[in-house]
Amino acid sequence: MPLPPPTQPEPRPVAANSGGRRVFTARGLTKVYRMGSFEVHALRGVDLDLYEGEFVVLLGPSGSGKSTLLNILGGLDVPTGGTVVYRDHTLTAATDAELTRYRREHVGFVFQFYNLMPSLTARENVELVTDIAVNPMPAAEALRLVGLTERVDHFPSQLSGGEQQRVAIARAIAKRPDVLLCDEPTGALDVKTGVLVLEAIDRVNRELGTTTVVITHNAVIAGMADRVIALSDGRIASEHRNARQIPAGELQW
Amino acid sequence: MKRLDLKLLRDLWTLKSQVLAIALVMASGVAMLIMSLSMVSSLQGTQQGYYDDYRFAQVFTRLKRAPDALAARLATIPGVAQVQTRVVVDVTLDLPGMPMPAVGRLLSLDADPRAGLNRPHLRRGRFPERYARHEALVSEAFAAAHGLGPGDQVRAIINGRLQTLHLVGVAISPEYVYQLRPGEFIPDDRRFGVFWLDRLQLASAYGLQGAFNDIALTLTREAVERDVLDALDRLTAPFGGQGAHGRSEQMSHRLLTDEFSQLRAMATIPPAIFLAVTAFLLNVVISRLVRTQREQIAVLKAFGYTTADVGLHYLKLVSVLTVIGLVLGIAAGTWLGRDMAAMYARYFRFPRLEFQLDPAVVAWSALICTGAALAGAVAAVRRAMRLPPAEGMRPEEPAHYRPLLIERLGWQRFVGRILRMILRQLERKPVSAALSVLGIALAIAIVVLGSFVRDIVDFMVDLQFYGVQRYDTSVTLVEPAASGAMAEFRQLPGVLAAEPFRTVPVRIRFGHLSRRLGLLGVPADAGLLRLLDVDWRETPLSPAGLVVSRALADLLRARPGDVVSVEVMEGQRPTLELPIVRLVEDVAGTSAYLELAVLNRLLGESGVVSGAFLRVDPAAEPGLYAALKAAPRVAVVGTKTAALAAFRELMAENLLRMRLINVIFAGIIAFGVVYNAARISLAERSRELATLRVIGFGRDEISLIFLGEIAIVTLLAIPLGLLLGYAFAALAVVALATESYRFPLVVNLSTYAFAVATVVGAALLSGLVVRRRLDRLDLLAVLKAAA
Repeated sequence: MPLPPPTQPEPRPVAANSGGRRVFTARGLTKVYRMGSFEVHALRGVDLDLYEGEFVVLLGPSGSGKSTLLNILGGLDVPTGGTVVYRDHTLTAATDAELTRYRREHVGFVFQFYNLMPSLTARENVELVTDIAVNPMPAAEALRLVGLTERVDHFPSQLSGGEQQRVAIARAIAKRPDVLLCDEPTGALDVKTGVLVLEAIDRVNRELGTTTVVITHNAVIAGMADRVIALSDGRIASEHRNARQIPAGELQW
Repeated sequence: MKRLDLKLLRDLWTLKSQVLAIALVMASGVAMLIMSLSMVSSLQGTQQGYYDDYRFAQVFTRLKRAPDALAARLATIPGVAQVQTRVVVDVTLDLPGMPMPAVGRLLSLDADPRAGLNRPHLRRGRFPERYARHEALVSEAFAAAHGLGPGDQVRAIINGRLQTLHLVGVAISPEYVYQLRPGEFIPDDRRFGVFWLDRLQLASAYGLQGAFNDIALTLTREAVERDVLDALDRLTAPFGGQGAHGRSEQMSHRLLTDEFSQLRAMATIPPAIFLAVTAFLLNVVISRLVRTQREQIAVLKAFGYTTADVGLHYLKLVSVLTVIGLVLGIAAGTWLGRDMAAMYARYFRFPRLEFQLDPAVVAWSALICTGAALAGAVAAVRRAMRLPPAEGMRPEEPAHYRPLLIERLGWQRFVGRILRMILRQLERKPVSAALSVLGIALAIAIVVLGSFVRDIVDFMVDLQFYGVQRYDTSVTLVEPAASGAMAEFRQLPGVLAAEPFRTVPVRIRFGHLSRRLGLLGVPADAGLLRLLDVDWRETPLSPAGLVVSRALADLLRARPGDVVSVEVMEGQRPTLELPIVRLVEDVAGTSAYLELAVLNRLLGESGVVSGAFLRVDPAAEPGLYAALKAAPRVAVVGTKTAALAAFRELMAENLLRMRLINVIFAGIIAFGVVYNAARISLAERSRELATLRVIGFGRDEISLIFLGEIAIVTLLAIPLGLLLGYAFAALAVVALATESYRFPLVVNLSTYAFAVATVVGAALLSGLVVRRRLDRLDLLAVLKAAA
């Protein structure tokens, strides 16, 4: 399954809508983990569409299946049942090598615990991705987008948690991904630095038009999304569109 | 079972491959220790029992001819316990199907062969009948080499006449545990055999009725050997005594002693390396375990387990590993030892040689292993004990990195990003990286150590058989003859060139030290025997004095320029004062050379020769041998091809097995070091590697990062390993040197290449084994975990 080169996302109007092209189409997704002698149903039939340039927050308590869903969208995991189509490629039929290539060319990940390479400086961590990307932006540009212009030659152990997470975001976006998947990006941060990180994600979404999915159990963050999807017990419990998006800087929790 | 012990077992199970890898390294060291030291004690026990049961003499001397009456006087020498006089002669044997002449040593048997000293031990058949003509016992080694047994016949030239010996039995003797031809240093069972004949028959054949030409003595407990030797020399001098000597100069005994000292040397260097590596690996693995179990340790302490409980817990883990290593090592050592005993049984003829596991050696091994294991684990265990519970609950500080040295020097543009990650990882833990390098280097060094002996042997063969001995055949006459004999030699079939030599039994003294040997006189312009100096270059004889082997000079603590006394044990028995002019290197041990003309003059004789070195047309060899066999005046014929073949046969087997054992053990070290380094690196960096996979790096790419570290460590280890290998080889050359053998330090390029290939192969193998784990890395589980 040769994937097409990443398309240059077009700037979109700040007011999000579902009128953009469909990026993901997921139908009837189920995921069953076998934990010893019993089975855990992480997803129990999820249908979901994501559109170009959208900012979506997936909300839900732990165990609701939101991380599983994100991992499947990101090509890290495969569902037990159902299909996921990314543009015109069926991820659920892809091989391991094809999934690696898909991640490499189209997806940016941000993790709760940053997962930076401790042996590389901030700049080098970003360059690690630009080395293998097809059409990356300069590492300095990615770092500037997340508000890091100083301390870029420091090692992770010399950076604060918020700084580390912003490096992680820069690393994720430097390849100009089509989708940015963030798993609890502020989970390990205090409010002030959490807000800085969210501002960075928001800015990437707006300026690059990257389809962005953030999962969190923090309902406040939902305020900055175009669309909020709540998961509960492996199903989509509710879905709503924000009439007005609250800027990240105004969020309080 | 206590729950904490259950945890121990499960931890062990989780760490099983690493524990096994370390236990194997330890087992290799133990196996070598057990094999070598138990072999020494088995051999020594067997030797002692044999010597006691068969009354091996303590003092020996040869003489020309002495009346039986002398025996009674010998018995009165203070310190002498028992006297045995014998008739001993060397004869030429004529064996069907073997053109080369062989040497037979005929020993007289007294009326009761089960009394007296140096009693033969009958293996098969019976002793010769009293007064039976030509009935003989044959030595087992010779019998085995020729497929001879009771009922067979051997033809020998006895006092100039071809006679037939009827073999009635096969025997061994404490005097010939290791059977060497006179004048050679390699056993050749085909060309040298010992025969026992009825004394009266042998004596009458040589006109020695009522007389003897060989004495063996045992000493009382209080005897001072030196005094007995001096007294014996004084009493035998009028009868052509050739100088008495103790067991230390008895060929078979001395070679056994040498073998013991080499086995002991083998029991020191390699096991020390293996145990040092074991300690290092234990340190790495237990440190890592304690680090990952910080929280568990904290919880244990929080719930009331004492510091000692925690320490003991980890020590138990170490002791389980030690027990595994010991048991495996003892088993492997015993197995290798049995194999070795079987090999020794073919060279050393004992009534019965069995490998006995020496309990003292086992106890020592256990003690040494425990010491090594404790040395390795103690720092990590103490860290676990000292960990305050509250601190243990907090995660460990994140890893600190800093720019590389080369980056600090401004050379970063030469280093790619991946390489930078690898190098920083190595620079962050310089001690552990250095120890990994050292571990692999030691593995290389062990292979060099186990293989370079072949290089030495090749070098020595070239040197001895092509550099020194330019002749094909040496012929020794029964009695020294006038130089007219040379013309006869030159007329023998196939002889292209002949050079005379003169050999006289002497005792060389310097200060209170002395040595018996045959002083060899060769012409100043000798072309068939060349001497090599200590740098293995050709060096001439000197009319000004003696040229002696370095081994002899060392033994006498003499240097060039020193004047030594040379007591001639033949003819007029003059004592000569001669300076040592130069030292030469002689693989065969102690030797001394003088210009033939000078020697003749000093002995008051003219043109007398003991024999000749011959260069022979190979096509004419059989004719020459036939002629020599029939020549009554010829005592001993030495042939280079035969000596060379015997030597190669002996060495090929021994060296191959030694090399194989070392390769296996070195492979274990290399595998153990690399495997542990890789497993720990995998554990510590699985998060990084998983992240790389998630952001789009393929399996091959992260393998490169991961295996790159192993590759760099291995590459760094190669030059160090070769240096260490050379150093170990140098040490071994010193440790293995005995009075009889002295080895040059030679390591061929091919040996280095072989060592590198072996160890790189083992490293590659363990890298691939760990890579398979990398492929199974659970990306999601790794990423979900808190840092």
